[in-house]
Amino acid sequence: MTPTTVSALVLRYLYLFTRTPIRLVELIFWPLVDLMVWGYLTRFLQKHTGDTFPYEITFLIGAVIFWDILFRAQQGVAMFFLEDVWSRNLLNVFAAPVSHADYLISTYITGLLRATVTTSILGLLALLLYSFNIFQLEWSLLLYIANLLMFGWALGMVSTSLIVRWGPAAESLAWAVPFFIQPFAAVFYPVSALPKPLQWVSQCLPCSHVFEGMRESLKTGEISWDHLGLAAGLNVVCLGLAGWLFVRVMRTAREKGLLTKFASQ
Amino acid sequence: MASSILQVSHLTKTFGAVTSVNDVSFALAEGEILGLLGVNGAGKTTAINMLLGLITPTSGSIEIFGRDLQKHRVETLRKMNFCSTYTQLPGNLRVSQNLKVFGMLYQVPQLSKRIDELLAMLEISHLRDRVSGHLSAGESTRLNLCKALLNRPKLLLLDEPTASLDPDIADKVRKVVRRIREEEGTSIVYTSHNMRDVEEICERIIFMHQGKLLFVGTSAEILAKSQEKTLEDVFIRIARSGDLEPLTTPAS
Repeated sequence: MTPTTVSALVLRYLYLFTRTPIRLVELIFWPLVDLMVWGYLTRFLQKHTGDTFPYEITFLIGAVIFWDILFRAQQGVAMFFLEDVWSRNLLNVFAAPVSHADYLISTYITGLLRATVTTSILGLLALLLYSFNIFQLEWSLLLYIANLLMFGWALGMVSTSLIVRWGPAAESLAWAVPFFIQPFAAVFYPVSALPKPLQWVSQCLPCSHVFEGMRESLKTGEISWDHLGLAAGLNVVCLGLAGWLFVRVMRTAREKGLLTKFASQ
Repeated sequence: MASSILQVSHLTKTFGAVTSVNDVSFALAEGEILGLLGVNGAGKTTAINMLLGLITPTSGSIEIFGRDLQKHRVETLRKMNFCSTYTQLPGNLRVSQNLKVFGMLYQVPQLSKRIDELLAMLEISHLRDRVSGHLSAGESTRLNLCKALLNRPKLLLLDEPTASLDPDIADKVRKVVRRIREEEGTSIVYTSHNMRDVEEICERIIFMHQGKLLFVGTSAEILAKSQEKTLEDVFIRIARSGDLEPLTTPAS
C-alpha cells in the first residue's frame, strides 16, 4: 500500500463532492427521508398503542441509522468505480501506478467518510426529532459501526466486481446489492421473525448479528459480545471472499479487455 | 546503439475467435519516437492497452525497462505515462485539481512547480482554475498531455494525440513532443492517422494490419519498398489491399 496513492484517490473523490454540492443530496436527503418515515411511524405506533407498545419498536430508528451506515459504506466502494466510468477517467486510473490494495483501501476510506457524515447527521436528528439517542450505545456503537463498515465494504467489492464483469448494463447493482440481503438481514425485525430456513441465511450475514446486538444493547444497556464476535468473524470471511472475487474479476477483466470496453462505452 | 527501453516479443491477443494482435515483435530504443500506424481495427489500440497493462496478452511478452510488465506492473507504470484522445480527466474537477491528483498518483516531487512548468509549456496557464469539463477539444488534449508529462516519463505512449485538433494546436502538440524527447530523452510510441504527424516526428514506423506487423523501418525505407510517394499513399494502399508490395501490372 502506498499512502500517497491512497491520498490522491481519496482527494479526487473529495474534490468531486466539493465541486458538485448537489451530491450531498444523495448523502443527506435520502437517509433523512428514511429517518423521517420510520421516525414518524414509530411515533404513530407509540401514540396509538399506549402501554401495549412493544419497546422494540423504538429500535426502528436505530435500525434505519445502522442500515444507512452499511449502505453508505457499500456505496463508497461501488460509486468510486462508477465515478471513473462516468467521467471517462477509468483508463487514466487503471493505467496509473495503482495497486489493487491502494484502490481498495481508497474505496474503504471514502465509504468510511460517507458513513461518518450520514451517521452524524442522522444520529443528531434522531435525538432532536424523536428523542432517540443512538449515542447511548457509547463505545459499543463504534464496534457495531466497525462491523457494519466492514460488511458494507465487502458488499461494495461484490457490487463492483459484478459491474466490471457484466458491464454498464449492470450499473444498477451499485444500488441494488444491499437490498438483495435486506430481507434476511434482521434490520427491522429479529432473526426469529423469519421462517426457519431463512434464519440460517440470516445467521450467515454479519449485519444480522449487528442488528440483533444493537437491539439487545439498547434493551439491556450491555454490550452484546456474542453478536459482536460472530459479526466480526463472519466479516473476516466475507471481506476475504469479496477481496478474492475482486482480484479475480480484475484479472478476468484484463484478460477479456473489459476495462477498455467499459471505458469506450 | 542506444539500449532498448521496450521489448515486445511475439505479442498475441485473441478475444474468442478474433485475433486482434498476432505475433507482433518490436523494440523501442532510448530516446526514440516510434510511429504505430494502421487502419481502424489494425490492433494498434489493443497493443497500446497491453503496453499499459490494461489488457493481458494471450501469449508473448512485454519487457519495459528490462522487466516483465505483468510481474512489475505498478513499478513500471510509475516510470511511464500515456495520453489518449479517447480518455478524459474528470470533467467536474478544475485543471489544477486534476493535475494535483495525478501528480500525487505518480508521486511527482515538487508537484506545484512541475504543474506550473507544464501549464506554461503547453500554453494553458490561464486555464489553471477552469473546470476541466468546460475546456475545448484542443485545451482538453493539452491538459491530457500535461497529465502524461507530469512524472517525466521515460516511456510515453501517445494514442492519436492530435486527433480532432486544428492545425495550429496540432503543430504545438508536435513541438512539445519533440521538445520533451530532446530535453528529457523520453522514448515515445505514437499512434496517429495523421501522416504529417508521423513524417514530422517519428524516426521509425510500424505498420500494422489485421493484427499483424506488416513493416518496421524508417519513412524512407517504407516509401522505397512500396514505391509510393507519400506515407498517406502507403496507408491507403495497405487499407485497400492489405499489402505493402508495389502492385504488379497484370501480364497483357
